[in-house]
Amino acid sequence: MSFLGESFSTAVALLLALDSEVLATVWTSLWVSLGAILISTVAAVPLGGVIALRGFCGKRLVLTLLNTLMALPTVVVGLLVYGLLSRQGPLGVYGLLFTPWAMMIGQVVLAVPIVVHYTVAAVAGADPRILPTARTLGAGPVRSVLQLLLEVRFGIVAAVVAGFGRVIGEVGVAMMLGGNIRGTTRTMTTAIALETSKGEFAFALALGIVLMAVALLVNLFLNLLQQR
Amino acid sequence: MLNVRVILSLLLLMVTLVPSLAAAEARLRLATTTSTENSGLLAELLPAFEKANDCKVDVIAVGTGKALKLGEAGDVDVVMVHARAKEDAFVDAGYGVGRKDVMFNDFVLLGPAADPAGVNGSADVADAMNKVAAGSAVFVSRGDQSGTHSKEKALWKAVGVEPSGDWYLEAGRGMGEVITMATERQGYTLSDRGTWIAFADKSDLQIVSEGDKRLFNPYGVIMVNPQLHPHVKQELAQAFIDYLLSSEGQAVIAGFKKNGKNLFFTY
Repeated sequence: MSFLGESFSTAVALLLALDSEVLATVWTSLWVSLGAILISTVAAVPLGGVIALRGFCGKRLVLTLLNTLMALPTVVVGLLVYGLLSRQGPLGVYGLLFTPWAMMIGQVVLAVPIVVHYTVAAVAGADPRILPTARTLGAGPVRSVLQLLLEVRFGIVAAVVAGFGRVIGEVGVAMMLGGNIRGTTRTMTTAIALETSKGEFAFALALGIVLMAVALLVNLFLNLLQQR
Repeated sequence: MLNVRVILSLLLLMVTLVPSLAAAEARLRLATTTSTENSGLLAELLPAFEKANDCKVDVIAVGTGKALKLGEAGDVDVVMVHARAKEDAFVDAGYGVGRKDVMFNDFVLLGPAADPAGVNGSADVADAMNKVAAGSAVFVSRGDQSGTHSKEKALWKAVGVEPSGDWYLEAGRGMGEVITMATERQGYTLSDRGTWIAFADKSDLQIVSEGDKRLFNPYGVIMVNPQLHPHVKQELAQAFIDYLLSSEGQAVIAGFKKNGKNLFFTY
């Protein structure tokens, strides 16, 4: 099909030409999503560890709730955060709506349940002897939990990768909270939506291929970290 | 500590990336319609203003209805839209001040070359819409409270038709998507001329009715009421409105062409 062929050659041309506008959207996508996943990881990995290691009343309920949150449509998350950040909302005075920060906040809400869920699964699946062994060898509680996390690092990186995949490829939050402003909040996904709305299907698909390439690079990088 | 290393390297990456945003300059938020942004008009119009005022205009391109809602909430400083009745209501309710005429174009009724409703060349748009309503082909409506949707509803009202049924598709999408949808379904739709000119080479529809004075499409600019929303950048917003109405701004609008045709006209 000429349409698909044209898209592919446009994508290659875009990548080779390093078109400044395309680069800007790649840049925005990358740093917003990496920032979101960084914040999510810092918050969600310890949380997941705690949930997995501690037995507490309502644990199953918490896990079920997490699984449900993973199914939240991005548009719903966008709407909720929009309500918080709009000038009419409780956080309106900060003027965050339609900035990259707003997108980052929305993406954190999207990523945290996923990272927590995968961390819980990784920690729960770890050898139960790790913690007691570390303790008998004289490690303190914090040190032994860190040792445990180190043992399940593959699972943790998988959690980060899954969370990153969710946020880099989503369009609902980025569109609603960022507003698709050229040069500021236009991400790869909102640019694709825009080009599609303009009927530039081949160009839109080309951007999609570029997005795939970027995601591939990030995952290769994470994979490299995982192996070391 | 592998995790620490992962986190540190990501953190480092962040720190190197973020400062590009930190460069502080004045920003003006403009909510406008897809017809002005997607046609490329604003890309021609804004750089001179941004340079002269050392600022950046953040354009949020949505339908007229949503643009006015953003203004109501104070999430933007200025709105530039095209639905006169809604604009007047917006100002009357105290959400905006000093509506000004910026430019105009007109709406056109688009249809397939086969023209199953037999309306091609019709100068009376109401009559043409009435024939389309007979249902020989689909009519794709924006269905999104945009300026074009408001005009379409006003026209249905004028002919006394309550549009519903298999032939009436409420897309809930932007003008470009609706033209694409009408093309795929070989149906009729109402479009602003600007978007149509920009789209003409991607669609095999054609104009089947134009020139009726009811198809007049004026664009207005309104500052969001700074008394209601004190954070509105009043001076910059006023400078922007002044620029649009200046001979410089008007010349850019009048000279803006796509596919060799003017998209917007000045008064």
